[in-house]
Amino acid sequence: MRESIIMKIHYGTALAAVALVAVHILMRLTQGFSESLQYDSVIANYKFLPYAGMLEIILILLSIHGFNGLRVILLELKQGRTYEKAVSYGCVAAMIALITYGTRTIIMVNTGLGMM
Amino acid sequence: MAQIPIITEASTTPSPKVITLRIARYNPQHDSNKKFMEFNIPYERWTTVLEAILEVKKYFDHSVAVRYSCRQATCGSCGMIINGKPRLACFTKISELNSNVVTVEPMNNFPVIRDLAVKFERLFNTHHKVKPYLIHDDSEITTDSKEFLQSPKELEKYIQFSNCIKCGLCNSACPTMATDSLFVGPQALAQAYRYVADSRDKGKDTRLKIIDESHGIWRCHFAGSCSQVCPKGVDPAMGIQLLRGYMLGFRS
Repeated sequence: MRESIIMKIHYGTALAAVALVAVHILMRLTQGFSESLQYDSVIANYKFLPYAGMLEIILILLSIHGFNGLRVILLELKQGRTYEKAVSYGCVAAMIALITYGTRTIIMVNTGLGMM
Repeated sequence: MAQIPIITEASTTPSPKVITLRIARYNPQHDSNKKFMEFNIPYERWTTVLEAILEVKKYFDHSVAVRYSCRQATCGSCGMIINGKPRLACFTKISELNSNVVTVEPMNNFPVIRDLAVKFERLFNTHHKVKPYLIHDDSEITTDSKEFLQSPKELEKYIQFSNCIKCGLCNSACPTMATDSLFVGPQALAQAYRYVADSRDKGKDTRLKIIDESHGIWRCHFAGSCSQVCPKGVDPAMGIQLLRGYMLGFRS
C-alpha cells in the first residue's frame, strides 16, 4: 500500500477517534467516576449494543492509528529491508490481535460466556 | 614627489578584539573521536568565521580541512556548525555571534571526510532522485516557435525554492535525518515542491510517486529547523507541507 494512503488512514482514524472518544467521555459523565467503573455498570455498557458498537469502533480506530504510529517510529529508528518488513507485518499482526481480544470481550459479555 | 602619509598604528587602528576559535579536528581514518584545537584570532566587525578559519590555516595550522569557494553565500560549500547552529562560515560574522569563543564543527547528519569537510553524496543522491529539472513533452530546443510563458503569480508559487544553493544546512538541522538514514531530507523535498509547483512542469505525478514511500515525505515531523537555518531564506518546511497538500488532494 502506498504511504500516502496509509497516512490518510492514519489522519482519518485520529480525527474519528477524537470525535468518538469525546462521545464516550460524555457518556461516562452521566455517572460518577467510581460508579462508572463498577462491574455491573461496565457489563451493562457492553450489553447495550449501540454503545458496545461504538466502543468496538473506537478500539479499531485507535488500534490502527496507534500501531501505524508505532510502525513509523520503528522505521525511523532503524533501517533495513528485513527489519522494515518485520516491523510492518508485526504491527499489523499486533493490531489484529488487539482488536480480536477486545471484540472477544464484547462477544463474551453478550453471549454470557465466561461470566461469573 | 608625492608624500606618502605615514599612518601610525596607534592613531588609526584600535587594537583588534580577539576571539578564541575552537576548531573540531577529526580524521576518521586515524582518530577514534573528535577533539578541539583552540586558536586566538584577532577580528574586526566585518570578519567572518571563514576568514578566521583561513587565518588559522595561514598562520597557525595549514592542515585544517575546510571546504569553501565563493566567500559570498552563493556556492554553498562552507556549511558547518558554528556555536551549535548550522550556518555558512562565509555568511556569519564573528561580531554577530556575541561570544568570545567561536566553536566550529562539521555539519551533523553528514559523514566527515576530515575536520570541517563532509561528504555530500547523500544530499546529491536525494536531490537527483526527485528529478530537479523541468519535465515536459515539448522542448524549447526542437520547437523554435514555442515559449514556456509564465505569469508572475505562477512564478511566485515556487521562486523562493529556486534560491536553494545545496549547502546542506537544512539536512544538517533536520532531526529525522539524524535517525533515518534513508529519509529523503528537506533539501530534496523542497526541490521536489519547486518543480511540482512550476506551471511549465509536467512531471508532478512522477515526483509525487518518488517521495510517496516509507522514507519519503511522510517522515517529516515539521520541526521546522530546516527553515530556521537556511541562509537563502528558503522555507523547506513550508514546501513539504504544500507538497503534502498535493498528496492529500487539497491541491492540484
